[in-house]
Amino acid sequence: MKNSYIYLLLLVTFVGCSKAIPPVDSALDQQILHFGNGSEPQGLDPHVVTGVPEHHLLIAMCEGLTISNPKGGENLAGVAETWDISGDGITYTFNLNKTAKWSNGDALIAEDFVWSWMRILTPSLASQYSDMLYYVEGAEKYYFSKSLPLEALGLLEYILDEKKLSDYHSTVNTFLTRNDLDVEDVTLKSDIDPKLFFRLLDDIEAAKSAMMTPKFVKNFIEPKASMLKIIDDWGFTSITPAFNFDEVGVKAKDKHTLIVTLRSPTPFFISLLSHYSTYPVHKNTVLKHGTMDDRRGLWTRPGNFVCNGPMNLKSWELNKQIVVEKNPLYWDADRVRLNEIRYYPVSDESTEDRMFRAGQLHVTNVVPLEKCPVYIENKNPDLRIEPYMGTYFYRVNTNHPALKDKRVRLALAYALNRKQIVEKVSKCGQEAAYSFTPPGIAGYNPDTSIPFDPELAKSLLAEAGYKEAGTFPVLEILFNTQEGHRKIALAVQQMWQQNLGIEVRLVNQDWKVYLAREMTGDFQISRAGWIGDYEDPNTFLDTLRPNRGNNKTGWENEEYDSLIDTANSTYDQALRYEYLNQAEKLLISEMPIIPIYTYVKAYQISSDVKGWYPNIIDTHHPKYIYLER
Amino acid sequence: MLQVILKRIAIAIPVILVVASITFFLIRMAPGGPFDAEKVVPPQVMKNLNAVYNLDAPLLVQYKDYMFNLVQGDFGPSFRFPGRSVTEMIFTSLPVTLELALYAILIAMVIGGFAGVIAAVNRNTALDYIPMTIAMIGICMPTFLLGPLLVLIFGIHLELLPVSGWGSLAGDKILPSITLGAAYAAYIARLGRGGMLETLGQDYIRTARAKGLPEYKVIIRHALQGGLVPVVSFLGPAIAGLIAGSFVVETIFQIPGLGRFYVEAAFNRDYTMILGTTIFFSTLIILFNLLSDIAVLLMNPRARSEA
Repeated sequence: MKNSYIYLLLLVTFVGCSKAIPPVDSALDQQILHFGNGSEPQGLDPHVVTGVPEHHLLIAMCEGLTISNPKGGENLAGVAETWDISGDGITYTFNLNKTAKWSNGDALIAEDFVWSWMRILTPSLASQYSDMLYYVEGAEKYYFSKSLPLEALGLLEYILDEKKLSDYHSTVNTFLTRNDLDVEDVTLKSDIDPKLFFRLLDDIEAAKSAMMTPKFVKNFIEPKASMLKIIDDWGFTSITPAFNFDEVGVKAKDKHTLIVTLRSPTPFFISLLSHYSTYPVHKNTVLKHGTMDDRRGLWTRPGNFVCNGPMNLKSWELNKQIVVEKNPLYWDADRVRLNEIRYYPVSDESTEDRMFRAGQLHVTNVVPLEKCPVYIENKNPDLRIEPYMGTYFYRVNTNHPALKDKRVRLALAYALNRKQIVEKVSKCGQEAAYSFTPPGIAGYNPDTSIPFDPELAKSLLAEAGYKEAGTFPVLEILFNTQEGHRKIALAVQQMWQQNLGIEVRLVNQDWKVYLAREMTGDFQISRAGWIGDYEDPNTFLDTLRPNRGNNKTGWENEEYDSLIDTANSTYDQALRYEYLNQAEKLLISEMPIIPIYTYVKAYQISSDVKGWYPNIIDTHHPKYIYLER
Repeated sequence: MLQVILKRIAIAIPVILVVASITFFLIRMAPGGPFDAEKVVPPQVMKNLNAVYNLDAPLLVQYKDYMFNLVQGDFGPSFRFPGRSVTEMIFTSLPVTLELALYAILIAMVIGGFAGVIAAVNRNTALDYIPMTIAMIGICMPTFLLGPLLVLIFGIHLELLPVSGWGSLAGDKILPSITLGAAYAAYIARLGRGGMLETLGQDYIRTARAKGLPEYKVIIRHALQGGLVPVVSFLGPAIAGLIAGSFVVETIFQIPGLGRFYVEAAFNRDYTMILGTTIFFSTLIILFNLLSDIAVLLMNPRARSEA
C-alpha cells in the first residue's frame, strides 16, 4: 500500500509540473531526427530481411555500389565512384571509392562484394531476395545447383555423364551380383544431357524388378526418387552440377575494381544496386558471430554490427527504438549533417499521428485513413501527398469459367468509374490508374486507356453471352480485412451492380488467409497492390509473365512474354520502352488485372526537416537530410 | 498446505503440455504460412526457407522435435525476426509488461479498494451511488477509447504528458498505467463493495461494535480482512489478464511489451512465437491463480480448514 501512495504522489507531481519540451524542439541543436518507421524490423542483416522499415534503416547504416537519388531519377555514386558499361550492356566495370571504409576502419575492397553476393546466393541462407541477383551471369544456376541435396547432386552428376554411363550399366549389373558398391565410390565430372538421366531411370526400373537388395535401394533407388521429386517440383529443364562460384559473373579485378557480367543487357541494373540485397557485409564480422549462411547470427547486434553507411548502429531496443549515429569513417562523412536518427516502430496509425502532433516525431510513416481527407480540407501544412511507385488493382482469376472470356474482363473494367473512386472513396490524393505501370517511372509513360463506358461494357457482356440481367453468375471480391479495401470493394460492387446488373458478394479475410487463397487460385476477383522494387517498368510488367509466382491470375500470354523478353535484351532505352509499351497495351486489352488507382505516399513531416525531396520510390537518403527552423 | 501446492503444480505440468500440443496443431490448421507475403518468393527459395526452419519435415516429426526442445526449455527461433530466439523476445519484453501490469494493478487496488470500502460503509447514500456509477462506466468504457481520450486531453491539449513511449520521456508511464488500471479499478470497487457488505453483516462485526470499538477500527481491523477476500481471489486472474491483455494499451502508447508480440505473432503466423507466448502465458495464468488461492487460504481460516 505504501508504494502506491508514493506512486500517486508522483502522479500528482507530474501532472502538476509545467509543460514538457517536445523532442522535436530539443532535437534542433543536436540534429536528431525522430522517424516514424512503421513496424519493428525483422532484423538488420541486409541479406536476410525484407520490407520497407528495414529499407529505411539499412540505407542509413550500409551502402551498396550506388545510392538512390534523393531527388529521383538516375542513381548516384555509392561505394562505386564511377562505372563503365560495355557497348553491349553486358559487362559493368565498377571503380570503387578508394576511401570507402567499414565502420571498424577496415578498407572496403572489391572482394567484399564478391563474398557478399556469394552469401546471398547461398541457398542455406534462404534469402528471400536471392533472385535480385539472378540478372548476373551464372547466379541463378549457382543457386539452383547449390540447392540440390548433396547425395542427389552426386548421383545426378554421375548419371548425367555420358562417359560414365557405360560404367553405370556395368555397375548396375555388378550390383546385382556384388553388394559392395557405394555412391561415394563414384568420381564425377561432366557436361550434361538430361535425356540420359531418363534413360537411366528405365534401367533402374529394370534393375529394380530384377533384384532389390536393401543396399541397392538405399544407394540408388531412394536418392533417385527424392531427386526426381525435386526436379519435378522445381521444373528443371537442365542442370549444371557442382556449379562453382568462379563461374558466376562477379569478379574482383583488383582491390578497387569490380567486374560484373550480366546474363543479358539489363538497363535497370544500376538502380538495383541501391537495394539492400546487393549490399556488402563485413566478412570477418559475419564469420565471427556465426557461419556465412547463419540467419540467426548475432553480428547485427549493437556492439557487433559493422557496415559501411553514413550512420552507425548505436542502440537497438526491441519494439521501442533503434538509434543510429553519424559514422565518422564514412567516405562522404563531411556531407552528413544529422548526428542521430531515432527510428520508432509505431505500427498503429493513430498513435503515430498523435506522436507527431505532440512533437515526438519529425516524420510519420502514414496518415490515418480517416484523417487524410480532413487534413486535406484543413490545409494541414505538414501533410505531404506524393506520387508513389505502386498500383492498386483487382486481380481476375482467368481460370474461372465466366472470367475466362476477355470480353467479360473488359466489361468489368469499363464499368468502373475510377475518377469517382479516387475522389469520393479513397479521398487521399490517389490518381485513377489506366495502366498497370504507374506513369512516369524512369521516364516511361504507358500509352494505354481504359474508358469508363457502361454502354460498351454492357454490350461486351452481352457479346460474351450474358444478355439478360441476372444470367451472370454471382461474383465474389476477395480482400484482406481493412477498412480502406472494404470501402473500395463496396464502391466497385455498387458500380458493377448498377452498370452491368451483376450481383457481387464481398469476402474479407485475415491477411494470411487472403494470401493463401490468392496463391492457390481460390478466388474470383481479388484486391491487390504492387509496389515496385526498383525504378523501372519491368518491376511491374515482369510479374504478369507466365510462370511468375506473383502472376496469380492464371493468365498466360506468349506474345506478352516474348515482348518483354525482347525489351529486356534491348539496350537502347527508347526502343526498349516501345516494346514494353506494346506489352502494356496487350495487357490492358486482355485485362487479367483491372487497374484502379496509383498509390500515393501520404505522410506528415515537420517543417524543420530539410534536404528531403519528394520522389516516386519514397527513398530519402539520410546523408542529405538536416534540421533547421 | 504444502501438499495442496504440490498437487496443483503436478496438475499444471500436463495442462501446459496439452495446451502446447493443441496450440501446435491449431496454428498449423490456419491457412497461410510464416513466409507468405504479397510478393511471392520463387519456389526454390521457399523450399530453402522451409528447410532452414524444419518446416519441410512431416508435421508429426516437427511436433516431436518441438516438444523435445520445449521440454528442455528451448522455444526455438522466431520466424518473423530471424536474428532472435523466442525466449529472448519474451524475456526482453516481459519486464515492460510486468511493470505496466504492476502499476495498473496498484492503481486499480488503491482507487478500486477505497471506492469499494467507502461505498459499502455508506451504503445507499450518495457516497455509494456516485463511486458505483463511475465504476459501472469504467467497466463499460473500453481501453481503446479511454486511452486515446486521456492522450488527447493530457498529451495534446494540455501538453502535460508524453503521448507515447515507455521510459524515454518524463512521465510517459502515467497515462498507460491509468488506462490499463481503470477498468480493473472499477471491477475491484464493485467486488470490494460486495465483500464488505457481506462482512459488515456478520455477527463478529456486531460484536465488535457492541464492545464500543470506533467505526474506523471496526472496518480496518475486522471487516477489511474478510471483505477483501473476493478482491484477492480476483487479483490472480486479473494480473494474468493484465499481462496477456495489455496488447491494446501497448499499441496505443507504443510500449515495447509482450502483448504486442503475442497478437502480431498470430497475424504473422510466426509459429514458434505464437507457441512460445501461449505456453508462457498459460504458465503465468496457472501460477497467478495458484498464488491468489494461497493468499485466500492465508486470509480465510474457513477455507484453510477445508483445504
